[in-house]
Amino acid sequence: MSDVNDATTAKTAPTPDDGLKIADGPVLAADGTPLKKSLSRALRVQKLRALALVAPLLIFVLVTFIAPIADMLFRSVENEIVSETLPRTTDLLADWDAESGTPPGAPVFKALFKDIFEAQEAKLHTRLGSRLNYELTGVSSLFRKSGRKVEDMAEVYQDQFEKLDRFWKKGENWNTLMGSDAWNADMAGWDPKSDDKQPKFELRDGIDVFLPATSESFANYAKFTQVEDEDNLAKKDPWALVYSSLYDDLQRAEPVTFAGLKVAGAAELSEAASAVADFETVNFAEAFTKIDKDWQDVEVWRTIQAYSPRYTNGYFLNAIDMQKGADGPEMRPENQQIYLTLFWRTMVMSIVITVSCILLGYPVAWLLANLPARTANLLMILVLLPFWTSLLVRTSAWKVMLQHQGVVNETLVWLGIVATDDRLALINNQTGTIIAMTHILLPFMILPLYSVMATVPQTYLRAAKSLGATNWTAFWRVYFPQSVPGIGAGSILVFILSIGYYITPEIVGGTSGTFISNRIAYHISSSLNWGLGAALGAILLAAVLLLYYAYDKIVGIDNVKLGG
Amino acid sequence: MAALTPISRTKPVFYLSVVAAFGALAGLFVGTAQGSGPLGIVIGAIAMAAVAFVLTTVISNERVGRLGLMLLMAIAGWMFGGIPGIVVGLAFGWFFAWLSYWLYEGRYRAKVPPYLTGGQVLWHYTFRVICGAIFIFLITPILVVMPLSFNAENFFTFTPEMLRFDPAGYSLKHYRDFFSNQDWQNAVRNSIRIAPAATLLSVGFGTLAAIGLSQPHMPFRRVIMAILISPMIVPLIISAAGMYFFYSRIGLQGTYLGVVLAHAALGIPFVIITVTATLVGFDNSLTRAAANMGASPVRTFFKVQMPLILPGVISGGLFAFITSFDEVVVVLFVGSAGQKTLPWQMFTGLREQISPTILAVATLLVGISICLLTTLEFLRRRSERLRGMSPS
Repeated sequence: MSDVNDATTAKTAPTPDDGLKIADGPVLAADGTPLKKSLSRALRVQKLRALALVAPLLIFVLVTFIAPIADMLFRSVENEIVSETLPRTTDLLADWDAESGTPPGAPVFKALFKDIFEAQEAKLHTRLGSRLNYELTGVSSLFRKSGRKVEDMAEVYQDQFEKLDRFWKKGENWNTLMGSDAWNADMAGWDPKSDDKQPKFELRDGIDVFLPATSESFANYAKFTQVEDEDNLAKKDPWALVYSSLYDDLQRAEPVTFAGLKVAGAAELSEAASAVADFETVNFAEAFTKIDKDWQDVEVWRTIQAYSPRYTNGYFLNAIDMQKGADGPEMRPENQQIYLTLFWRTMVMSIVITVSCILLGYPVAWLLANLPARTANLLMILVLLPFWTSLLVRTSAWKVMLQHQGVVNETLVWLGIVATDDRLALINNQTGTIIAMTHILLPFMILPLYSVMATVPQTYLRAAKSLGATNWTAFWRVYFPQSVPGIGAGSILVFILSIGYYITPEIVGGTSGTFISNRIAYHISSSLNWGLGAALGAILLAAVLLLYYAYDKIVGIDNVKLGG
Repeated sequence: MAALTPISRTKPVFYLSVVAAFGALAGLFVGTAQGSGPLGIVIGAIAMAAVAFVLTTVISNERVGRLGLMLLMAIAGWMFGGIPGIVVGLAFGWFFAWLSYWLYEGRYRAKVPPYLTGGQVLWHYTFRVICGAIFIFLITPILVVMPLSFNAENFFTFTPEMLRFDPAGYSLKHYRDFFSNQDWQNAVRNSIRIAPAATLLSVGFGTLAAIGLSQPHMPFRRVIMAILISPMIVPLIISAAGMYFFYSRIGLQGTYLGVVLAHAALGIPFVIITVTATLVGFDNSLTRAAANMGASPVRTFFKVQMPLILPGVISGGLFAFITSFDEVVVVLFVGSAGQKTLPWQMFTGLREQISPTILAVATLLVGISICLLTTLEFLRRRSERLRGMSPS
């Protein structure tokens, strides 16, 4: 009822802007546009200006920081090395059935021969070997050995061609045969001593119809020689692989067809074509098995097949102690499981560090919040000085103090608390890491706790006590609940910082007191298993971001306080 | 704080037994150090109770009593343990004289509320002692490093000469080594070349962005803030790994520019946080007033806004500087031998051939942090005064 009444009175009673409304509908700004439009335009300008101020930094951070993180995440799934180094093999292997229990057939071995030959020329086969070795131990030496021997297999053909006709011995003859006339002319005019670039190799028109495999091998050889080795192609003799390809081509082609090839060497080609039927051949499957019988091992082939795709979850499986088994992911054998233990240890030690920071930080923050300002500020220096002191300084101080002959042990011995020959092992183990990191992270607990406690009025405690609460009840029921936000903020901060710590565990942690970060650093700088390092990093990052999100919800990023 | 509670002298039974308990504790340590713990406890308890009794009943003048006890204990300490013994003795003497009078005169009651029970007073002081121990834990590593850096030997512990305060036990040789060693000097030079450049970058970009973020109509504020703060949250080892991969792709790995960019990215969150905090109390009508009087936006920024937020900018810059100056993980991965900074040199020193030169460097760095801390505190107060808040 009253609403209706109000409405009617509002309609009838005169208001200050009545005149305007009656005059010309919408309210106008000074320049005649409707006020609403004008205001929204002004707002847009303000938004754009704010964005323009932020944009340079945003771009800077995206390029220098976010892009590297994205790159790391990409590396944790990227797996191009297998399919790039063994393109033909992985293509053929796609159809092979690992369940059959027999190694793949001759075509795959032939493809493997070509791939490894090219890889060992580019010195890539050892890299691939160590990549696959992460998944199956022993593959590294398999590839290294095979890389040394593939040359011999190809030379069987090379020797026979060269014995047949001296023509095949000379690199120049090959260049004339395979290269286009224009390119040959360019090469002739090129002075290797000048700074001009070597003319880029071009295949002769139509040669790939006659000699498809040879064209491919020769083009690869030419490209590799010119681009990777930066050698003069005119001075080089082709790879042995080219000869074996030539053999393949000639065996397939009809001799007569070479008559149409109008180039120097057509005659030799025809001659060779008629001779190849009597050539000694290589059985690649047998040859590889002779190098190492592991080539008959289904497990090796299964691993190559499993890691053929360009992207893999293999690193992530590895990072949680799993591997690709015959039927889907499975746990690694007990004695190879290290990462789950390491994650678990990182977690447990971070919790221990966080709890000890709470235990040590709470009384101090309470004292600082309840003392008169002048005294509190003085004592605050004792908290801020370590906070501002270089991390390396504090870590080295702990290394010095906790050593076997260090200050702590010497003092304990001097006081007679421990005997001189059973000094405490305080360093290079978990104790060392926990002590040093508690000290290093303690200010990060005290500062947020203090800023929360400073807002809790001291009168509350007194009021509780005057109502009959005991000291403990007053603290536990009245004061403590109000300080919980501080504990939450400090704990998350300390926990986030501690699970990602690297320097201190590295120096005082020995082997038993190291964290997952130390393992990541090891994989990136020593074992060079970058993918695994990246996968471990990605898991750690996910954990931290989750905590960061929680921190943002509880405390708010904007409320992070630095140094009191 | 003025006295809260009127105080009166306490009964001998009370103060004598408390002093005896402390005496027993001290006696335990001295006793074990000298050979027999239990004997030390008994002697300590009896001796200290006797001392307290003598101080409170026989000697009427407190000052004489205190000095006398310190002298006595110093002599006793000298007989036991030479010059270090004198120091320990003096400390003990001062402590027990103070304790005796503190308890005897009932001074321990003066500063606590009158309604506290005896147990509560005891807890009050126990709590203070616990906090004191935690403060000692916080500050000891720094305090231990300083004297050790003057060690004449290549040891990492106090030599007997040092404890005897024998001048021969002290020397500046580690400092000399620091200033004459080419590795260390190169490291210092690199640090000084990298940190200011990184600071300049992060302060320049960061201040602009902080002003943008403080505008009332900033779109996507939360997301942008989260991105800008992330270098502080993401574990350093992950940042380092990512930067190593990415910077080697674009050819920045192992270059001066790469390290500077990486450090600038790490310093940005600190600048953003401190400058936005300063801008929270910024009165926008000041800029409008300036504009009203005909100042251009640029002039307004430099003449009105900048002086007010300068303390925040400088302290943000100091944070960024110390981040870069103190940073080791990222430079370890992104840098090459040519960018070896001071923390890197310290890190290799700690990991491989640990030499006491590190302690000398550490002491110098503590000196730098004290300067920084003082500057920051000064700036904070100035900023609060400028913005019309009462300095706390």
